[in-house]
Amino acid sequence: MTLESPVQIAFLAAGGVAHESARLVPNASDLPALILVPLIVGVFLVPLLGLLRRRLAYVTTLLILATYAALALTGLRTVLDGSAIHYRMAGWTPPLGIELALDPLSAFVMVTIAVIGLLVTIYAGAAVRRETPEREVAFFALMVVMLLGLSGMVMTADLFNLYVFFEVSSLSGYALMAVGHRKAVVSAYRYLLLGTIGASFYLLGVGFLYVLTGSLNMADVAARLGDLAGNPALSVSLVFMVLGLGLKMALFPLHIWLPDAYTYASSTSTAIIAPVMTKVSAYVLIRMLYFVYGADWSLSELGVGPVVAWLAMGGVVWGSVMALAQQDAKRMLAYSSVAQVGYIGLGLATGHPLALTGAILHILNHAMMKSTLFLVTGSVELSGGSRRLGDWKGLGRRMPLTFVGFTLAALAMVGIPPTSGFFSKWYLALGLADSGQWALLVLLILSGLLTAGYFFRVLERVYAREPREGAVQPAGEATAAMNLPVIALGAGTLLLGLFNAWFVGRVIAQALPAGLNLPGVS
Amino acid sequence: METVTHFESLRPLWAVLVSLLAIPLILLSGERRPNLRESWTLLAAFVKAGLVWSLLPDVLDGRVAVTSLGTIVPGVELALRVDTLGLVFGLVASTLWVLTSFYSIGYVRGAGEHKQTRYFASFALCLSSTIGIAFAANLVTFLIFFELLSLATYPLVIHKETPKAIDAARKYLSYVLPAGLMLVLAIVMTATISSQQGLDFVPGGFLERTDASAPLLRWLFLFYILGVGVKAGIMPLHSWLPAAMAAPTPVSALLHAVAVVKAGVFGVLRVTGYVFGPELLQEIGVWTALAWAAGITLTVASLLAMRQDNLKRRLAYSTVGHLSYIVLGAALLSLASWKGAILHLIFHATMKITLFFCAGAIYVRTHRENISEMVGIGRQMPVTMAAFAIGSLGLAGVPGINGWISKWNLAAGTLQADEPVFLMLLVLSGVLNAAYFFPIVHQAFFRSSDEYPRFGEASPLMVVPLALTAVVSLVLGLVPNLGAHAWDLASKAAVAVIGGGS
Amino acid sequence: MEWLHLLVRHWAYALTVLLILIGLHGMLLKRNLLKKLIGMNIFQGAIILFFIVHAYKDGASVPIWSKALGEHAERYMNPVPHGLMLTAIVVSVATTGVALALLSLIHKRYGTLEEDELLTALRADREEV
Repeated sequence: MTLESPVQIAFLAAGGVAHESARLVPNASDLPALILVPLIVGVFLVPLLGLLRRRLAYVTTLLILATYAALALTGLRTVLDGSAIHYRMAGWTPPLGIELALDPLSAFVMVTIAVIGLLVTIYAGAAVRRETPEREVAFFALMVVMLLGLSGMVMTADLFNLYVFFEVSSLSGYALMAVGHRKAVVSAYRYLLLGTIGASFYLLGVGFLYVLTGSLNMADVAARLGDLAGNPALSVSLVFMVLGLGLKMALFPLHIWLPDAYTYASSTSTAIIAPVMTKVSAYVLIRMLYFVYGADWSLSELGVGPVVAWLAMGGVVWGSVMALAQQDAKRMLAYSSVAQVGYIGLGLATGHPLALTGAILHILNHAMMKSTLFLVTGSVELSGGSRRLGDWKGLGRRMPLTFVGFTLAALAMVGIPPTSGFFSKWYLALGLADSGQWALLVLLILSGLLTAGYFFRVLERVYAREPREGAVQPAGEATAAMNLPVIALGAGTLLLGLFNAWFVGRVIAQALPAGLNLPGVS
Repeated sequence: METVTHFESLRPLWAVLVSLLAIPLILLSGERRPNLRESWTLLAAFVKAGLVWSLLPDVLDGRVAVTSLGTIVPGVELALRVDTLGLVFGLVASTLWVLTSFYSIGYVRGAGEHKQTRYFASFALCLSSTIGIAFAANLVTFLIFFELLSLATYPLVIHKETPKAIDAARKYLSYVLPAGLMLVLAIVMTATISSQQGLDFVPGGFLERTDASAPLLRWLFLFYILGVGVKAGIMPLHSWLPAAMAAPTPVSALLHAVAVVKAGVFGVLRVTGYVFGPELLQEIGVWTALAWAAGITLTVASLLAMRQDNLKRRLAYSTVGHLSYIVLGAALLSLASWKGAILHLIFHATMKITLFFCAGAIYVRTHRENISEMVGIGRQMPVTMAAFAIGSLGLAGVPGINGWISKWNLAAGTLQADEPVFLMLLVLSGVLNAAYFFPIVHQAFFRSSDEYPRFGEASPLMVVPLALTAVVSLVLGLVPNLGAHAWDLASKAAVAVIGGGS
Repeated sequence: MEWLHLLVRHWAYALTVLLILIGLHGMLLKRNLLKKLIGMNIFQGAIILFFIVHAYKDGASVPIWSKALGEHAERYMNPVPHGLMLTAIVVSVATTGVALALLSLIHKRYGTLEEDELLTALRADREEV
């Protein structure tokens, strides 16, 4: 009933598909397992083919992620009517068996992971060879394992299974983080210690839930929790969950591992880990608070909502202020991540449908913006430039295309309409206003100034300053394979902004938990 | 009141888009083919002006063109709607862009500016945003273009990339970005408290007394005014404007005398007349606060203008003062004051742009920016200085030039609103205007100076536009309804907001 | 004496809390990176024990079906937590493995696992940035 390792998952999933049907054409109800299949295959194929020829690792990863992205999109399209596909692993019925569930929310996060993963892979094909040539195969193999772990976390409907996937993604994440600058091993080690505390807290929370309900299936647990609302053990389990997931999503003040880890890891590793890792933890937190514990009890009655909301706002301010003080581009972006995760935390803690919409939209948004920005720092470094912002003067003319992507992402971070960054804050603000949280609303609005402060400082240098004597300057524009993802993601923030109403109405409105309905959207 | 009919049309959209579409063409042409690049700018300017002018007969007939681009956030559409007030602003901005484009070409080539491609591209983006602001049908659309304008102006302010320009650009951002955020806050609050769906501008306002408590509405009004007031230069939010004079002169002329600052004033008109509406403002009693802020600004700005030796800075303070004429007119909520405010929005533009054009022409020929160095310049650049004289006489309110007409209406408006104290401020400010402009004209023509080398007029690309705007100011002063039907449009808009009777 | 009573009755919780605290103490306060890792293992062990303890029933047998006990679920211990914890142990071993690999790299690069010495070494390491 539980899974021991990814290997076993692979067999079970493959076996499940075969077992369920001798049909050659799998039908829609197999989609949750099907989505994982390319990744599971990739876990073996990438290192094997990589051993034959290094370059094959990249090509295989690219093909596998393209298939994965296509399947994830198909999955999203299938569940957009608000339905959910439940897949029973090896045919066992829940609550005994493990269930994979694809509902609009998990499909949305899955697509986010897939799209970012695919685009970063395109970039990595050119970058990893130059950045860490001896680790090319390892990089791609670990990346596929990590994406498998994350996808499993997103889709599983079993609390313990989630822990396993959690650790699968984390372990590969630690290894990816350790690749990079010399200091990366130390920051990765620290990340490992804190990450393990986080995962173990989560597991402890699961333990309490299991003791209380005797079940591990999320829907089943949720159903059995109804009459346990007053039980202190339930509160304890929630606190452990929030602590554990808060650590992994770098919710202030549990973010201390993040700045060093992001700064010293290789830029390609950061570009894949920063956008998705913290976001998936945020997703799990949404899952727990809204779908397992129930928002009314956990956020309002127990009072977790206001605490998380204010801490998240503290993170927004702290992260932004620290970002203002940085001279190193990657460290600045790392602190900015702390701030941006704060927005997500704020949205999910408010408990208002509009605010939650903002948080969910910001998951995709921030994934796109932050991976663009990290990719650009990578491009600058790999083209011979430096990470010191002081050396970025005049780069706008040296690398015009790269910095088109950077500018778009930066403007989205600041929240200039009509980029998507504006609209996620718009929904957040509407949600806060509608629930009467005026103080948080004003802080949310003003926090945009801090973001503007650290990004316009960079833009000014990039476009309006001449490089100083002896500055480390990149040789020229990055390669096309590196620019394509940067510009695609940058343009994506603009498009997502312009079509946000369509997107929110069509996707996010379906993804909201039952009982939370968006006004104005049927 | 006549009936207003709406009709679907793509012309408003094209009017916004045409300069946006020109941007890639401008960028592709680049520094190597400047003539091709500039022809894109000119083409876009002419087409844009043509499109906006083509909407004039419709508006005069009470037909309102509407373009809907679909939902931008649930419940609110991204939509353009050309009502009377919007058309007034659109006409001013698009028409003056044509002249400024010619002038710009003369200026940047004459002054040998760098990065001209970026300059023209940003300019085109500014104009798209300005027309977007003018035609925005609701608050969210307005906000999007308002923020875009803030952003698009930034490269123009920082254009010279000297330490002074970089400081000015920082100052500019540190004023307009918080303002934009205040506007976001205000609109979020409005969306939350208002019962009206869609946040569409409605003549006479759509917020109602029942929507929220009076203190909350007062806060809301404050946030709105902080949001739009920075661009409108209401003191103490004005000091970015004199600093922004570090930009090249055509930028100061079109953006910092017309497009950007008028967008702020236009925002004040929209908020007072189309969001709150006169009745609600009377009820919650905030209009006096706004009127006093405007009254103080127009007096103090005039005093400060007198102390400036740098010609562009003096013009900038003068702009701050004159913007507050319009804000005052909006705040007084009487028929004549609104009419005067709208007329001043048009007329101040023609006059002030003339003055900036002159300042730029002098700079390109002589590289002088200070008034004290311009003794006797009138004899060397007679056309330029004659235009300057017309502009400054008009701003001081001398009859025969268009400034007089709008000021007269504003003055009548103070009496209609029964607030004669503001009439005194208006008169005082008129005298001060004369006091800071006439010495420039006087020393230019009536004091000779032999110590400077002789200069001729600047290139015709610059002289013709400035002469044209001067002539327009003069003609509109005699026949205000000529061409654009400025008088009719102002009356229509004022009646729509204030109501016919009072 | 109320608290003592509570402690005795809920000894499993108390033990878990104690072990977690020992583990956290090791992870956060020890100045040696290897000791931190040992702390982490104690911490994980605590949680594993927590699960196992809750599978225990007085007088019940191992969860292997036998004729004598028949199909009475209450006569068997709960097998699920055991299964879960087998997996958790695998995870914890894997984590330890990755951690040890990182530690050996750290030791190779900086020649120490003592936090204080490492910090000095890191400050001195100006390579990149």
